[in-house]
Amino acid sequence: MTDTTPVTAAEDVHDLRPPRNQWWDVWDQFKSHKGAMAGMFVFISILLFVFAGPWVWQVDPGLIDIRSRNQGSSWAHPMGTDQLGRDLLARMMYGGRISVAVGLTAMLLGLVLGTLIGVLAGYFKLMDGPLMRVTDLFLALPLLPLLLILVTLFRDPLEGAFGQAAGVFALIVVAIAVTSWMQTARIVRGDVLALKEREFVLAARSIGTPARRISTRHILPNVMSPIMVSATLGIASAIITESALSFLGLGFPPDFPTWGRILYDGRDWIEQYPARVVWPGVLISLTVLSVNYIGDGLRDALDPRIRGR
Amino acid sequence: MTSPRKALVEVRDLKMHFPISGGLLRRQVGAVKAVDGVSFDIFEGETLGIVGESGCGKSTCGRAVLRLYDITEGSIKIDGTEIGTMGQGQLRRMRPKMQMVFQDPQACLNPRMTVAGIIAEPLDEHGKLSGKAKLDRVYELMDAVGLNRNFANRYPHAFSGGQRQRIGIARALALNPRFIVCDEPIAALDVSIQAQVVNLLEKLQDEFGLTYMFISHDLSMVKHIADRVAVMYLGKVVELAERDELYERPLHPYTEALMSAVPEPDPAIEAKVERIILRGDVPSPSNPPKGCNFSTRCPKVMDICRKLDPEYREARPGHFVACHLHDAGIMDNQTNAGSAGAPPRNEHKQQGEDA
Repeated sequence: MTDTTPVTAAEDVHDLRPPRNQWWDVWDQFKSHKGAMAGMFVFISILLFVFAGPWVWQVDPGLIDIRSRNQGSSWAHPMGTDQLGRDLLARMMYGGRISVAVGLTAMLLGLVLGTLIGVLAGYFKLMDGPLMRVTDLFLALPLLPLLLILVTLFRDPLEGAFGQAAGVFALIVVAIAVTSWMQTARIVRGDVLALKEREFVLAARSIGTPARRISTRHILPNVMSPIMVSATLGIASAIITESALSFLGLGFPPDFPTWGRILYDGRDWIEQYPARVVWPGVLISLTVLSVNYIGDGLRDALDPRIRGR
Repeated sequence: MTSPRKALVEVRDLKMHFPISGGLLRRQVGAVKAVDGVSFDIFEGETLGIVGESGCGKSTCGRAVLRLYDITEGSIKIDGTEIGTMGQGQLRRMRPKMQMVFQDPQACLNPRMTVAGIIAEPLDEHGKLSGKAKLDRVYELMDAVGLNRNFANRYPHAFSGGQRQRIGIARALALNPRFIVCDEPIAALDVSIQAQVVNLLEKLQDEFGLTYMFISHDLSMVKHIADRVAVMYLGKVVELAERDELYERPLHPYTEALMSAVPEPDPAIEAKVERIILRGDVPSPSNPPKGCNFSTRCPKVMDICRKLDPEYREARPGHFVACHLHDAGIMDNQTNAGSAGAPPRNEHKQQGEDA
């Protein structure tokens, strides 16, 4: 029988490209996702607004000017003032720093925790039972009493150790992360259970790849899509939970502006001055929406089957 | 055959039982005896074909030999080293010697890795090659299996089944193994590609002096590639012999039935072929019949077959079979029932394969 093996390899060596870093392919694909690029633009604008904004708009967000309270938009106060005459634009900028930081860090922490537990439970049969029962336990716990206990127990020591702002920040981030990793863990575990029976994992074992590298090289990249989805949803719920905590007096102190706090403060005045609720609401929604689109684009870009289409 | 043959792989009494748990407390209530006491040698440089119907334990046997499972019992020696009881850590150092080509080229490649990444994975794990040298080795392997070097940056989904199987073969070759288990490497490919892949495997065997354990249910393909053939039925090897010997003078009734099922290209001969149609289904491997596993379907069944499990013995030089029909001691005791069944039936002989 004739050997049909193509022997063309040697002939076209001249246009041989060395393997390039796959992140370039990811970026190429990401750029072609219009929603993701728009989301990225909006998200970067929000970041600039909250982090670079205070250099341009140099007004103290805590300055009380009782005579100019409850004002609408004007040149002196583009977003108006609140019931104590504090400038809303400055408060939105400072508050955004905390909200965005809390949202991102809590999401990342919850994601790492959830993914870790999901992969361990899915991949190692012995840990599956105990870890998933712990997950069930956390799902069954009533959230607010748990947070209450966390805050009362750890607030003072943390404030003592890191200072007031950093202490409360660490506490809130950890509290939100600890109560929000369960969905991710469950989704990841389910995917890992299916993936680890695939033949390419068996192939990796036949090569002699140890379990920890199988999970990072073969399992994790393949559960990226559900992780991305729960990450983008996680930011939204982290920002909302933070505002709920602040509202209950468990989060940052009342004179500390956060988007959630401003929203709750404005709630009493919603009929007279709706703008006071609309501004923080719009910013929270925009953040969540833009992060969602970025996550969507990233998920598509990370999948080689969709890439280049 | 070469005269001083050295056994590269020695398998003795290999058992692989998968537990069945049931009941409220998930206690073990039984076991699927996927491989139940299998012994064979594979000599250096040869191809041992393993054939048998679906579910007879061929693939499990192949995976157990590479210790992808923790085996229940038995001994596996590769190149003189006992690996049957070795821990996975020690086993890792043995891995470069033994590799595997998988059945489903679609599933055996990670969809998120490039071809270069897939072929380089064994080099990453075991080799000390870095950067340029590793890339050169990957290109060398791609040349060896006939893949264009420009494909290195592509992902598995962009390839056809045959090309994917080539990627899988290149990965298996990366560490210069001596022994490769081919687990139905051609079952998922269409016929024109099957020939390409089998020829590639033969070419690589000549080039690198490889030893294959070739698992397949395609009898004509096994006849093409294998030097010796083992027939499995319900977790046991029922017959093992040189290829021509087995295809021309099968001893075990199950092998006879298998051989009679091989399609014959010449319609004149095909019309005359008498097929041995086996009745009934394969018994469950979790509850095999008493006595000979094949006794429930055997056309030549005797009383003793339902009571006593036949021993696996050498009936002719180099021709092993597990059947009471070929056990001289038992056949003498069977007054004259043996004379009806013992000699291979003429009408089923060879079907013109080499007439």
